[in-house]
Amino acid sequence: MAKVPVQFTLNGSEKAEFIDSGTTLLNALRDKIGDTSPKGGCHQGTCGACSVIIDGELRLSCLTLAETCNGTTITTTSGLSESGVLHPLQRAFLDTFATQCGFCTPGMIMAAKVLLDHTPNPSRDEVVEALSGNICRCTGYEPIIQAVLTAARANSQNAA
Amino acid sequence: MALALQTFATVKDANAALKAVGTRYLGGGTLVVRAANEGDVSVSSLVRSTDPAQSAIAVAGGKARIGASVTMAAIARHPGLAILAKAARAVGGPAIRNMATVGGNLFAPAPYGDFAVALLALDATVGTEDGELPIETFLPGRDGSRAIVTSVSFTLPKADGFRFLKVSRVKPKSVSVLSIAAILEQAADGTVSSARIALGCMADRPMRARAAERALKGKSLDQNGIAAALTAASEGIAPITDPIASAWYRAEVLPVHLGRLLLT
Repeated sequence: MAKVPVQFTLNGSEKAEFIDSGTTLLNALRDKIGDTSPKGGCHQGTCGACSVIIDGELRLSCLTLAETCNGTTITTTSGLSESGVLHPLQRAFLDTFATQCGFCTPGMIMAAKVLLDHTPNPSRDEVVEALSGNICRCTGYEPIIQAVLTAARANSQNAA
Repeated sequence: MALALQTFATVKDANAALKAVGTRYLGGGTLVVRAANEGDVSVSSLVRSTDPAQSAIAVAGGKARIGASVTMAAIARHPGLAILAKAARAVGGPAIRNMATVGGNLFAPAPYGDFAVALLALDATVGTEDGELPIETFLPGRDGSRAIVTSVSFTLPKADGFRFLKVSRVKPKSVSVLSIAAILEQAADGTVSSARIALGCMADRPMRARAAERALKGKSLDQNGIAAALTAASEGIAPITDPIASAWYRAEVLPVHLGRLLLT
């Protein structure tokens, strides 16, 4: 299999790798680069566990080929905390018990981050819509929704 | 199974590479990468084109042309395509909508392909490297088509002339039990002067409800006026069965949801 060069910015760091052509971004991140925060759930685009942010848009890394990401900026959940301080969404997920097994959590947080980046004070319906591509089998979703609303409130208080 | 991806600047070059056995076109990846992940060994290599025209939206003079690589998210947020936003938002969750393309949706098997249902109602024209053809001609032959889709074009409907409904089990996002799109024109007295109705999940790909369309002509959009159309809607359908709904269930609820759409 031909190796192809891929360069992108991952969580603020430049990455340059040679990967097998046709490698999914999910596999490149987890197996080649060592960022295991995106989870491989269904590999069918259904569960959302592998969600990452590419150039500001929520995307599914299991259905994205890594070589199509050349020159892009990618954010994963592992890149959200700064200097050891959790991102407000990460803190809210912990504080509101929105994490049980934790498998869906990185994808949920990525979906929520895109929402809050564009809609800092979302309604509950907007949160539900934003998370609609992400499946959780543990929490029943309500704590997750509350976590996103809590993070939004924290953001607005900080901004005030 | 490993895939090899070839990227071309022009659709013409990508189309030439697509002739090779085992080669599929990569749009947003939601169909073909999914198939590969699922173990479809018939896919051994992929081609794509980065031609900017594939990602362009042009709306002017009551006409719209959407490049095949335009995503559902881009359609949903385009001010000139507001009338189609509901149909675009019916496709998947936010991440899928950022990836799924209008060209790919034409190939999506039921229960997917909700936007293609809308395009069928709109009587869209599908542009390919080999020329343009009506969507009604394109859809039956899509599985054997080797020409890369470049665009879809259609006349924008009047603001209140287009209706779309997706029925799903889990809100706000789930695959379709069925979807319906309709273009209705009414005479001055309120009766239906013309109707185009397209159905999703009533076959393996979008189909027209021609008998219902005929039954609507000259009728008013009230309970009595649409009764014959609701009865006729089941003519020629062969609904799919999947974990979401059986063919029997889909056939049973079609008149109910068509009635709701027509009486909206």
